[in-house]
Amino acid sequence: MNPLSVLPVAWLALMRHKMRAVLTTLGIMIGVASVIAMVAVGSGARMMIEAQVASLGANMLMIFPGSTNQSGLRGGMGSVSRFTEADGRAINDECPNVAACTPVVNYSGRAVYGNQNWPTRINGVYPNYTEIRDWPLSAGKLFTEQDVERATKVCLLGQTVVDNLFPDGGDPVGLYVRVRNIPFRILGVLERKGQSPFGADQDDTIIAPFTTVQHRLLNTTSVYIFMCSASSTDTIYKAQDEITALFRQRHRLQPDQDDDFTIRNQADLLKAQTESSGVMQMLLGAIASISLLVGGIGIMNIMLVSVTERTREIGIRMAIGARGRDILLQFLIEAVVLALAGGMVGIGIGVGATQLITYVLNWPTLLSPFSIVAAFGSAGITGICFGFFPATKAAKLNPIDALRYE
Amino acid sequence: MTAGSSIAQSPEPIIRVENLQKTYQMGEVAVHALRGISLNISRGEFVAIMGHSGSGKSTFMNLIGCLDRGNGGRYMLEGVDASTRNRDELAKLRNAKIGFVFQGFNLLSRTTALENVELPLVYAGVPRRERRRRAEEALKIVNLADRMDHRSNQLSGGQQQRVAIARALVVHPAIILADEPTGNLDSRTAVEIMGVFQQLNRQHHMTILVVTHEPDIAQYTRRIVHFHDGRISNDAIVSNPRDAAADLAAMPQLDEAVQSIAAAAP
Ligand SMILES: Nc1ncnc2c1ncn2[C@@H]1O[C@H](COP(=O)(O)OP(=O)(O)OP(=O)(O)O)[C@@H](O)[C@H]1O
Ligand SMILES: [Mg+2]
Repeated sequence: MNPLSVLPVAWLALMRHKMRAVLTTLGIMIGVASVIAMVAVGSGARMMIEAQVASLGANMLMIFPGSTNQSGLRGGMGSVSRFTEADGRAINDECPNVAACTPVVNYSGRAVYGNQNWPTRINGVYPNYTEIRDWPLSAGKLFTEQDVERATKVCLLGQTVVDNLFPDGGDPVGLYVRVRNIPFRILGVLERKGQSPFGADQDDTIIAPFTTVQHRLLNTTSVYIFMCSASSTDTIYKAQDEITALFRQRHRLQPDQDDDFTIRNQADLLKAQTESSGVMQMLLGAIASISLLVGGIGIMNIMLVSVTERTREIGIRMAIGARGRDILLQFLIEAVVLALAGGMVGIGIGVGATQLITYVLNWPTLLSPFSIVAAFGSAGITGICFGFFPATKAAKLNPIDALRYE
Repeated sequence: MTAGSSIAQSPEPIIRVENLQKTYQMGEVAVHALRGISLNISRGEFVAIMGHSGSGKSTFMNLIGCLDRGNGGRYMLEGVDASTRNRDELAKLRNAKIGFVFQGFNLLSRTTALENVELPLVYAGVPRRERRRRAEEALKIVNLADRMDHRSNQLSGGQQQRVAIARALVVHPAIILADEPTGNLDSRTAVEIMGVFQQLNRQHHMTILVVTHEPDIAQYTRRIVHFHDGRISNDAIVSNPRDAAADLAAMPQLDEAVQSIAAAAP
């Protein structure tokens, strides 16, 4: 018998008990809807994290002093610094897969303009910092290598600092902000970058020549961290290996000694972030599978009822020549049609719920066609799995008993 | 129908039963429903089986209809040994060679007459067009061409039984098996149904086996086999069968008037 010819039979059989069909497939609907909505929320979150990590800068590497301990945290950054500017120059000279490298120091303090002041962080860096962080200027121009050599009192402002020091608008370029009572001439303004993967406002910053911050604000000779960019995405780990080898040599570490520094790349950061959202995903997935399971049991239950109700029909079909497998197929298809109908409604609900989450809760979501297909597919598989037992029961009926059934 | 004369002359009977036995085991008790039945039915015969309740008529029909297997003896259906077949093979035999007509009609409810008649052809794998053509042809033979699209629950008992007969004959079976086909019908409709069988037997050379309790009904057939306690007690030719068409013509007109009113009702 042609399976397609069973489809209308299955549909009519279901339509005979519409309410029952709807209630039965509620579990499937919820399951499918939650799969879709949850994957959408999950991928929305991941998309956002990816965008944020990318906003740190393309192919960026960070080198921290101190070894990594179990929890992945470092010993107080900068407090036991062993990095020097020479380390940075060595990286630039000796690591072919490193495109650019800048030492970083930072000073937390108050920036003052007129009667406005704003607590922020002043990063001392080389001009290539904007290249490493992939961070264009929205106004003005960058400081130069010479500014670094001469420790010139110039700076670039992040948008948040601009917003707070110049609440009335106007172009800050050419004006002076004071930090620790030292006037810094504003050379330019950085483009808005938004939140970092750790939730910090990246625009709440001022950048100034490395030596200016090191000598004038901090009065130190050390370097807190290095920020580098690999020459391409494919060479991130190569660059990391080169830096590791270089630093171990420069720090005269024996082969049995651990690194006294830590290198982190974007992929690591991404992993740490997506791990936490992965736990969330798993939880959501569990809810979805439980719903599908419950939906499947609902289908099995209703199919068992249906088989009993239609025992006589089964007997008639068998008497006129239906084989066990024809009956099996009929009930299996009925279960699958039921599940897929539920799945279809579930897709609608899932897409609707995703829209609601996007516009009412303002969460980032990403509807993926794959998740819709997968959810629909799992509905179908649920139908097959849970329809199998009732269908087998129907197929095994004895035709005489079935015909006599009242 | 297609019963060609070459097959009709074949010496092999359609039904050849030798010492067929069936015992139902009810816990400790063994019920001997059939205690050794031997019977041949040739192509084109119209046979009635009679006997008191519990004499094994239905059990015999189930075995002949390949719905069940005996536990002794042999049953050959058109030369095929049906007593050794498995479930699927029996289903195939039922589909190709047997047409069932039941006392309770046993049509699929909420399904049209045409779809009911098509159903055996669906399982036979006949393409849709062909199925439809043959189902319409079968419904014409039982005089229901004008009721094809009615659902079975919109038909009278007599009409439902005629749909069932059409469903039985649509596959061109070797034999039509009818277990008390008139049991649920009033006397006039019963004669009508026997008339349909007579027509099938005479004009289409169908082989028909009918179980009945009523001697009057048996008189429309051409041979009567009596069952008694799982054995054949008598097997006789009906010397002068009644003619259903003639009997119907002689029946009072009032019945017809009532019938047409009943048929016209929604
Ligand atoms: N499935 C079964 N299980 C046990 N015993 C059965 C079964 N079917 C029939 N029998 C027994 O077999 C015997 C023959 O039954 P069968 O139904 O063949 O009689 P019948 O001649 O058709 O009777 P009736 O005229 O009342 O229909 C009876 O004693 C009955 O109780
Ligand atoms: Mg009986």
